Order: sequence, then structure tokens, then C-alpha cells
Amino acid sequence: MTDVFQGYDQGPGAAYDEMFSGGAVRREYHAVHETFLRMPTDEIVTRADSVASSYLDQGITFGVGGEERPFPLDIVPRLIDMKRWVEVEAGVKQRVLALEAFLDDIYSSARVLSEGVIPRSVVVTSPHYHRVVAGFSPPNGVRIHVSGIDLIRDDEGDFRVLEDNARVPSGVSYVMTNRRAVASALPEAFSEHRIEPVNSYPRRLLAALRAAAPVGVGDPTVVVLTPGVYNSAYFEHSMLARRMGIELVEGRDLVCRGGRVSMRTTRGLQPVHVIYRRVDDDFLDPVHFRHDSMLGVPGLINAARAGHVTIANAVGNGVADDKLLYSYVPDLIRYYLREEPILRNVDTWRLGDDDAREEVLDRLDELVLKPVDGSGGKGIVIGPRAEAAELDELRRKILADPRAWVAQPVISLSTVPTLIDGQVRPRHVDLRPFAVNDGNDVWVLPGGLTRVALPEGELIVNSSRGGGSKDTWVVSDRRDATPVPKVVPRRIGVDGAAAPSDPGPAMASLTDDEHGQQQQQQQQQQQQQGLDRLDHRGLDRLDHRGPNRLDHRGPNRLDHRGLDRLDHRGLDRLDHRGLDRLDHRGPDGLDHQEASC
Amino acid sequence: MLSRIAESLFWIGRYVERADVTARILDVQTQLLIEDPFVDEEESCRALLGIMGVEHDGPVDQRTMLRLLLSDVRSEASTAATLGAARESARRARETLSTDMWSAINTTWRAISTGRVPGMRSAMAFDWVRERCSVINGVAGTTMSRDETWHFYVLGRSIERADMTARLLTTTALAGVPSGGWNATLRACGAYEAFLRTYRGLEADEAAAEFLLLDRLFPRSIMSALRTAERCLEDLAAAGPRVGFGDEAQRLLGRARADLEYRPLAAILTDLPDEMEQLQVTCSAAAEAIGTKYFDTSEAIHWAGGLG
Repeated sequence: MTDVFQGYDQGPGAAYDEMFSGGAVRREYHAVHETFLRMPTDEIVTRADSVASSYLDQGITFGVGGEERPFPLDIVPRLIDMKRWVEVEAGVKQRVLALEAFLDDIYSSARVLSEGVIPRSVVVTSPHYHRVVAGFSPPNGVRIHVSGIDLIRDDEGDFRVLEDNARVPSGVSYVMTNRRAVASALPEAFSEHRIEPVNSYPRRLLAALRAAAPVGVGDPTVVVLTPGVYNSAYFEHSMLARRMGIELVEGRDLVCRGGRVSMRTTRGLQPVHVIYRRVDDDFLDPVHFRHDSMLGVPGLINAARAGHVTIANAVGNGVADDKLLYSYVPDLIRYYLREEPILRNVDTWRLGDDDAREEVLDRLDELVLKPVDGSGGKGIVIGPRAEAAELDELRRKILADPRAWVAQPVISLSTVPTLIDGQVRPRHVDLRPFAVNDGNDVWVLPGGLTRVALPEGELIVNSSRGGGSKDTWVVSDRRDATPVPKVVPRRIGVDGAAAPSDPGPAMASLTDDEHGQQQQQQQQQQQQQGLDRLDHRGLDRLDHRGPNRLDHRGPNRLDHRGLDRLDHRGLDRLDHRGLDRLDHRGPDGLDHQEASC
Repeated sequence: MLSRIAESLFWIGRYVERADVTARILDVQTQLLIEDPFVDEEESCRALLGIMGVEHDGPVDQRTMLRLLLSDVRSEASTAATLGAARESARRARETLSTDMWSAINTTWRAISTGRVPGMRSAMAFDWVRERCSVINGVAGTTMSRDETWHFYVLGRSIERADMTARLLTTTALAGVPSGGWNATLRACGAYEAFLRTYRGLEADEAAAEFLLLDRLFPRSIMSALRTAERCLEDLAAAGPRVGFGDEAQRLLGRARADLEYRPLAAILTDLPDEMEQLQVTCSAAAEAIGTKYFDTSEAIHWAGGLG
């Protein structure tokens, strides 16, 4: 029998490995390591193959380039020790609460701006700051019902925040499917641990959505709103709807009348009270946002403002995902919660600052440069791997619009053993824990989605670059009976530097100049997305062609021998390529290249 | 339930049934070609393509027919394309389907999309299609609640079954094979033994036609399919108050059924192909009426934005 770990070389200067430390197996991985050591390689490969084929049979896929692809699941689980996890959990909660306070603030009194905690321009120049929802508070005060805070482990093994996703983070469905698949593929290792379960997520989500119902609605009707089958996360949308036992609707299934939202059913229009939307702000309501969007529902925003329907996550949350804002989140935690951040950021240079810009421009070839509004990982440049011409181009772009960029040092993500061609090899991973806020508590799903970069040395966990995932186990040590101590954030004294003062002027006091800037920015945004517009028209045409029109043999088609000609428009003719562009736009895409850098 | 989902379920029922019966019709056709050396291959294959609504220019032989009706996903009448369409409809209604049912449909489609089925010998492929459709229907039968979801699924399946059995009868009638042809047809429907028992071994073409047209107890007969469809419509209508008067689909199907039931068999058999064609028109019209009543979203408010 060959040792599947043979030649597992971390090499000199390698990243932090989560299973091995200087050749020794870390304590939490003992049972998993033993299991793989005992099993013949053929057996491991057979089990891995059966996991892959069961994913295909069940259609557990994500969309790339208009195609459904299986999301590769590596058979070696990633383990997080409970002691370490409670720290992550507390850090994620803290971050979500600070971002909630921030969003509530900027859409009401905007104290944070008037007190100069962050520059006004950071908010008002964000294309995701939507004035249409200013002055409006959601029913139970929650805006970030679901969040995904992306984390990495640095050279020391410390978790650091890479980015915040407070809009429509995706991937949670794979956490649940991965658990089931790996538990049945590796029952030996599984039974050796006490692993925190993950299958209560849909129940928690539904409870949070129900808790967010409009005032006075006792038994709310909750739906999931999807852009449709061509969205990269469609599998997830349908799984969540199925597991919550609620309807999965598309924009065309909903109708707004008199400030109320209903869905079209076989028994006529039925009222809808809470919409867990997986459609971006820009496409949610053509009355207020993109006029050409066919994915949304005209009048939805007004219905929400009238308090008859709750949109989760709230419109306008994108301000909190901005990478420039990200650099201020530790300040926001201190300001709103009067606590020290539990999880650290990755060091970030803001290129709007003259000194920082100068330094970064000198060191472009050693840093990672990210567009602040880059969703889906677009536009990221990894300095050490870029050509000189690319860096020159980048330099020009930065000088033209410094606000649009931030820089970070290249961080080597931690590695976890991963099955590659019958051998176990180190591969880089990140982690996206999911948090659900029901208004009383922020609950963090134990573990989250571990994404793994399958090609050797690859730092990009992007699924379209061969990224896969791992089941993530939060494990307690059975021998250790002592309860894990809670993580208590360090409080900042009353005379701390960032003590809040009286409420400042409301956002309505935006100067004309700022207003103008904002409009300009939004127009630019629209121009950039010009291509996408075509796709929506395409999608709409397609979607209004119900299944019957794909293949309808109408009575008047009976011509020769009275037999009808098939009037199919073949499925293969659907313009997958066009539609798929939609998928890459979502802020939630699993495609975030930035996750790796 | 959502109108869009109801429509998807209706079409899953139709597509699965269509794939199933297409495989059965092809089975009959190829057997007839093998057993009777005097059949004109070109003419008979062309006739079948016509019956199945496929237009094809150029010479037609058995291979072409099998490609167009069995394996070619680009040919919309093929079982491969039909099962692909069933899968696409299922994907749109996935949250309402049981995991088992979705899995059964998806696994079927995967075997086609990976080229496993197109590579099979035709007789094996017929069996495979029939078997997969049985699996899907079997899983549906044991995992779906008998609520609206089920009624729309069975409604689609029954209307398609009436329509396709009509085509199957036409195939046999047009083949002009004096004897033996009807046996093959009965076998393709899995009806041969049931027929022998019912008619006590008395084999006659007329009796076979009667069995497939009018038997109230055999599930693949046109009569049985029409009655099932009517019952589904009754159940759906009973589920809640409706807008409008009566039910057009029920009226159409009921009239077609009564027409078959109360006319002398001889009158129907005189021109079976024409009778069957008429039935297909009715099925089509009934499906349209169902669409108007339950699936139509024409009252949608259309946003004519873009001026701002």
C-alpha cells in the first residue's frame, strides 16, 4: 500500500498548512489523516469519483459560460478547531453588527460622515449607494439578513477578513450538499469527530425572513426571487426554496398593485410579504433602477417603502461591500460598537491618499491591485505575475481615477491537503462563513464554504479557473471536556477617540456637486454594462416563452395528413452564451478572484 | 401554486410520455420493417416521420428515421430532445419536485448528453427510454403528493398519451400489414397479455384496435387516458373558486370521449387515420384551453420604461 501523503512537500517558505506543521499532523486532523493513511489509494479515488458522479446525477452545479458545471468537491475535509472557530464566529458577528449600524446610519442621519469617521466621498461616490432607500427603515431594522464574510488564513495561521458580502452572497447550498456527500464518502473519519451540523441553515434563514415581515402580518408568505435558470447560483436558489418549503419565483411571477406585491398562481393572485431576493439591486425594479431590466418587478421599491413587503437583503447594502469602505470597517467597529476588531483586515492602501498612492505606484510589481467596485473578481492585477505593459496600463488607470483602486500585499493563503490525480497535495483555500441576522441575534453557520484552488500553486480559488470546494468541519475535541470560552471583544473606553456625538445633518444635504458626481458615476456604470443590457432582452424573450412554446403543437399547425408540425424552438438554440454574462455580474458569484489575493 | 410551475409540471408529464411512446412507436415500426420484407422502407419511414410531425427533405431510410426520432438531440421530435426538454422543464420547477424525481429525470438526461444512449443499438435504446420513463413515472407516483402538482403532471401525461396512442394506431393502420402488425402494436404498449386475457385469446385486428381505443381499464388506451385527464380537470376545478364559466378543456375532452364511446366501432375504424387526426386536434385544443385558464400570464403589467 502506498502512502497517499508520500511526497506531500510543503517546501521552504511554503504557506501555512492546516493539516501539517513541520511534518507533524496537527491535533484536530489526526483522525482524518489516519483514515486516509489506512485506505488504499484506489479506494480513495473510487470514493472521490462516486462523490463526483452523485453530484452530477443530482445536478449540483453552478453556471459558467452558460453551462451547468459540477462544483468539484474535494474528498479531504478542511477542519477548524472549535477554539479557533469561536473566535471567527465572534469576529463575523461583530463585523455584521458594525455593518448593520453603518448602513442604518448612512441611510438616515449619516453621523459617521458628519463626524468625519470616514470621508463623505467614500459613501456618496459608491455606485451602490441608493438614495431611493434613504430615510426608510426596514420592519425589524435588519438590512443584512444574510452575509458572507470572506476570510483567509495568513502565514501565521491567523484568520483575516478579505472582503464583506452584504448584498446577495452565494455558496451556502454547497456547504449543505458537501456535508452530506463527504459524510457518506468518509463515514470512518466522520464518526471519529463531533462535528457541528450545518443543515439547520434553511430553518434559520426562514425564521429570519419571517421575523422581517411587514408590521401587522402574522403569517407572512415568504418567497425566493431568482433571476432564472441561467444564473450561476440557480441551483442554490432552488435548493433554498425547496428546503424552506416556499415558492421560488422569477420577476415575471410577481406583480405590484397599489403598493402591494402578489404572485401569479393557478388560483389567481396571492399576496407576498417577504422576498428573499437573489437579484441585484440594479435589476430589481425597472422603475427605480435599470429601466431595461426584465428580471425584476416594476413597483417593488415603492411597495417596500410603503411597508407592505420586505426585501431581503435590503436595497442599497452594496455600499458596505465596497473595497474602499472595507478599509474603514475596523474604524466602524470601534465607532459603532466601541470594540476592538476581533478579526483583522488585510493591510490596504487607499489610492486616493497621496502618500499611499505614491508608495503603491513605486511598488506595483509587488502588490495586488483591486478595483473597489470590482465584483466577480474583474480587473484585479497581481503585481508579481503581471507583465510590464499591464502594469503601465494599470498605472495610467490609477492616476486617472485613484478612488477606484485599493492595493494589498500579496498574501499567501493557507493550504490544505487535496486529492490530485491519486495523490494528496497542498492546495490554497479560503473560507466564506455565512451569517443570518434575525433581528435578535446574528447566527453564524458553523464552518462555511471552503473554496480550494485546484491547480498547483494557484492562489485564485475562482471556480471558472478550476476552483473547487471542501467540506468544512468545525470540530470539538472529544477528549477535551472543558467548554470553549466565549470570545469577548475588547471594549473601548468612554473617552475613546471615536466617541459618537449628536446626530449630524441628514443625507439630504448632499451638495449639488456631489449629486452630479454620483449621477455621472451611475451613468458610467450603465455604459460599462451596455453589453449586459442586450442579454436581458434576450433572457426576457426566452423566459416569456414558456415551456409550452419550446414545443407546442398548435391545432392550426395540422397540415399534412392532418398532423402537426412541431414548432419547437430547440433548447440548443437558446442563447446560452449571451445569457451567461448575467452570471458573472452578480456580486455574489462564486467567482471572486479577489478571494485569493 | 405558481402558474409558471404548474405549466412546467404539465410539460414534464407531456415530454416524458412523448419520449416513452415515441420509443414504442419506433419499436413497432422497426419490427414491421424486419418482419415483412415487402414493406417499402422509404415510404413507410417517410409516413412515420409525417405522423410524428417531422419535415425532412431528401431520401429517408431506417437510419435517418432513427436519427430524427430517437437519438439526434437537434431533431426536436427525437426522444433525446424530448427528454432534454423534460429536464429543462424540471429544472425550472425543481424546487417543487422531490429530489428523487429530479434525480431520475436528470440522470436520464445525463445519459443522453454524455452520448451513452445515442451510441446504443436501437432496440436497446428503445428499452432504455421506456425503462427510464417508467422510473420517472414510478418515482413520481410514490413521491408526489396528490395535490395540484400531481394533477398537472398527470393531466399533461394523459393528454399526451391520448395524442400519442392515436399516432401509434395511425402508424399501424397505415402500415397496411394484414396481420401481425397489431400484435406488434399491442406488445409495444405492454398490452398484449392484457388483451389476450380480455378477449380470451381471440386475436383479431378489429379487437386489438378496439382494445387500444376503448378499453376502460387498460391505462394506455385512449379512453382511459381521456378519462384520467377529465378527472384531473375535475380535481383542479374543485380545488378552489375560478374565474370564468365552465371548463373548455373538460368540454373538449368529454366530447371526444363520448364520441368514441357512443359510436359503433365499425364507424370509427372505417377511417381510423382521420379519426385519430381529429383526436389530436382535440388534444391540442384542450391543452391550449388549459394554458389559457391556468398558465396564462397575459394579465401581466408590462413595464414600458426606458424613457428616463
